[in-house]
Amino acid sequence: MARTRRKRPNGQTIPAPEKITISLTVNGAPRELAVAPWVTLLDALRERLGLTGTKKGCDHGQCGACTVLVDGRRINSCMTFAVMQDGAKVTTVEGLARDGTLHPLQQAFIDHDAFQCGSCTSGQLCSAAGLIAEGRASTVEEIRELMSGNLCRCGAYPNIVAAIQQAMERQRS
Amino acid sequence: MTYIGTSISRVDGPAKVTGAAKYAGDTAASDLAYGAVVTSTIAKGRIATIDTGAALRIAGVLDVLTHENRPRMARRTAAYKDFVAPEQGSPFRPLYDDKILFSGQPIALVLAEEWEIARFAATLVRVEYEAEPFATDLQVERERAAAIEQPLKSRGDADKAYGDAAVRHEAEYFIPIEHHNPIELYVSTVLWDGDGKLTVHDKTQGVQNVRDYLCGVFSIKPDKLRVMSPFMGGGFGSGLRPQYEAPLAVLGAQALERSVRLVLTRQQMFALCYRPATIERLALGAQSGGTLESVSHEAIAVTSQYEDFFRNDSGWSGLLYKSANAKYGHRLAHVDLPTPSDMRAPGAATGVYGLECAMDELAVALKLDPIELRLRCYSDRDQHDDVPYTSKKLRECYRQGAAAFGWDRRNPEQRSMRDGSELVGWGMASGVWDAWQVDTAARIVLTANGHAEVASACSDIGTGTHTIMAQVAADLLGLPLEAVTVRLGDSTLPKAPVEGGSWLAASVSHAIAKTADEIRKELWQLAKAMPNSPLAASHLEDIALVDGRIIDKKGNGGGVPITDAMRHGRRDRLECETTNSFAEDKKHARNTHSAIFAEVKVDEELGVIRVTRVVNAVAAGRILNTKTARSQIMGAVVGGIGMALHEETLIDHTLGRMMNSNIAEYHVPVNADIHDIEVIFVDEPDEIINPLGIKGLGEIGIVGVAAAIANAIYHATGKRVRDLPITLDKLLP
Repeated sequence: MARTRRKRPNGQTIPAPEKITISLTVNGAPRELAVAPWVTLLDALRERLGLTGTKKGCDHGQCGACTVLVDGRRINSCMTFAVMQDGAKVTTVEGLARDGTLHPLQQAFIDHDAFQCGSCTSGQLCSAAGLIAEGRASTVEEIRELMSGNLCRCGAYPNIVAAIQQAMERQRS
Repeated sequence: MTYIGTSISRVDGPAKVTGAAKYAGDTAASDLAYGAVVTSTIAKGRIATIDTGAALRIAGVLDVLTHENRPRMARRTAAYKDFVAPEQGSPFRPLYDDKILFSGQPIALVLAEEWEIARFAATLVRVEYEAEPFATDLQVERERAAAIEQPLKSRGDADKAYGDAAVRHEAEYFIPIEHHNPIELYVSTVLWDGDGKLTVHDKTQGVQNVRDYLCGVFSIKPDKLRVMSPFMGGGFGSGLRPQYEAPLAVLGAQALERSVRLVLTRQQMFALCYRPATIERLALGAQSGGTLESVSHEAIAVTSQYEDFFRNDSGWSGLLYKSANAKYGHRLAHVDLPTPSDMRAPGAATGVYGLECAMDELAVALKLDPIELRLRCYSDRDQHDDVPYTSKKLRECYRQGAAAFGWDRRNPEQRSMRDGSELVGWGMASGVWDAWQVDTAARIVLTANGHAEVASACSDIGTGTHTIMAQVAADLLGLPLEAVTVRLGDSTLPKAPVEGGSWLAASVSHAIAKTADEIRKELWQLAKAMPNSPLAASHLEDIALVDGRIIDKKGNGGGVPITDAMRHGRRDRLECETTNSFAEDKKHARNTHSAIFAEVKVDEELGVIRVTRVVNAVAAGRILNTKTARSQIMGAVVGGIGMALHEETLIDHTLGRMMNSNIAEYHVPVNADIHDIEVIFVDEPDEIINPLGIKGLGEIGIVGVAAAIANAIYHATGKRVRDLPITLDKLLP
């Protein structure tokens, strides 16, 4: 089949939405970017800021893979537009380690083998960090319940819970 | 062995917990364009007209590809047949022509400067169809289902033996369409390298399978196209065959002559592939003492109109238990859906579900403990070929699993055990899978600083391949784990099969072992040539590589450091690549086995079911890494819980469309659904199957799990639900 590029139809081009400049503090560093209002925080992080540690698993707030911390609270970054977070402090999985030392949760996830494919892991870690900061979970049942927004199809749940418990204990001691 | 058999943490763990691991959708490119797919809204017919004018008018849209204007694709069916394609039929070709074969079929690819623009413009593509009547319902089409030739021969006269049996059980069990739903979306990032060269970062379980497929479809020379997938965000079988994001992204890159990223949506992924809806018909005839006289098993499953996909569902029934008479059947109902695919333990997860529920029903009819029935029917030989197993420790699985679970405290009466307002049920089942092994190549590069790189074009889909490759290489080269780096998921590396069927661990481990043995020989020769070498009089068979040294196991002294031998021989590096082939052995059967014990608690008034405890005792040869292996079985149990209680793709048969194509309405287990899971690895030394005694673990963990849970629910409630998933509405009076 001969390749024929489609001609753009006659008539006016419809412009894409105008871009708006916003400022974010991402993992401690100030970042400025111009994004259209329809760009989610997730796509801003992944496709505009090159922070691909945050994963897209559904784009509908159903799986939790895109969980990040915004001003310390865990949110699904696919469910908010970047322009709505102008001025916010965003922490992604890339920002959990400090000075080359893994965050206690990251180390606990390795120790307990709390992941297999790794696709949900960034979201699990940020969600767990948010969970610990909320201070609402102290029992295994509460951890399970409050981590249920983060799906893991490899089925690492018991290891995830054990890892979070380890990190909680380390924090207490 | 220092590392094999230990519980070391994943070597790729730090990359995965810091976000540094690069998956197919994470690759950056300065000239990246984005794709968005338009899919069909009818199940069958043809595209009458497709109007892309409105989409093309959006600023930032670069092109819209359809069957009318796409770049050239092969005409021959053979070009589309990947390594895993069914023998019968002609694979689906995206954007090939105007025919619609299933709802959700890709029919246009919008290419734009930004993903959001592509996505929006995709909503503006207008399609007129000429629709045709279609069929999607297995229950309606089952009467027209055609028998396929079964690879397994029946034996004896099962019908007569069934008629003569003292105790009989016959029933149908049903497994609906299930979707793999890995968390990572299907994605391909095609880098336009210039000179017609492409690097395809694809979500796949087999980079060389995708390379060969793309080279065939687009008539590209293999050295001009490289497929990369060093990290894969979950497959469960869905990535064994090339999926359409790869050819579409290549079409886009060719049309634009620039790099393209195409991410499918979760909804679109439901039209890639799935576990086929299957009816399992079981008939078991036994003597009153509990020995089987007759086993009949027929599976009726869906496939597409264009390919005959099927796996061995029924053969397990005549393999697992001793019976002189056995009969198998498999029929396919052709429906207007995409072709089904392998999904974790294909055939066994479904077939053994039917068998193990039927065995439970038979045990009830015989008034026998379900373990006792299985022990009375135990078979030490593979009855298909009448050969012994290389190893089979299923008895130990029953024993250790039952002990860990506390099975002896079970009251055999239904509805007899309680915990407050909840009915408690205990059920069990057996599991079985093949222990396949496939010819695989590996390359080792040992450098004079004592570092080794081990490479093979295999995959790590979360199974831990990086880690076991490092363990095996470190042990056989006598190096510390930190001195070994692993490369995989790159089509330019030594030949490896797709990762599936539980065959990769044994296959790649022996490829490394054989290559490491060549390195050992070379090092020995270098060491012998050294002046006053302590190994001068040594024999190769006594030489081992231990702690960075070449040692003579029969001699005295510490041998020669590897680095010294290489320096003296003026060798900066030793490089070796070999292909390991496994000797054919028709005198033994190769299988893994398991015994699963499940506890459920069922709210008597509301019917809410919780799986509160599972013990899975697995006999699968040598366990390479007890930490990652435990995780793999645990994860498979979670998959089995999903199968038992949650997972079901619902089709509106008046539209021929999957309706719950998202992971809020297609239910998978969440953290709160999962309680205690205990994994036991029964010691199963196997000196026959292969030198390292490895069998593989990917599938065995899910086989039988849904049956154990279904049997537990029956024990708790007295209600036998044979159609999965067992949702609470099926328990209510």
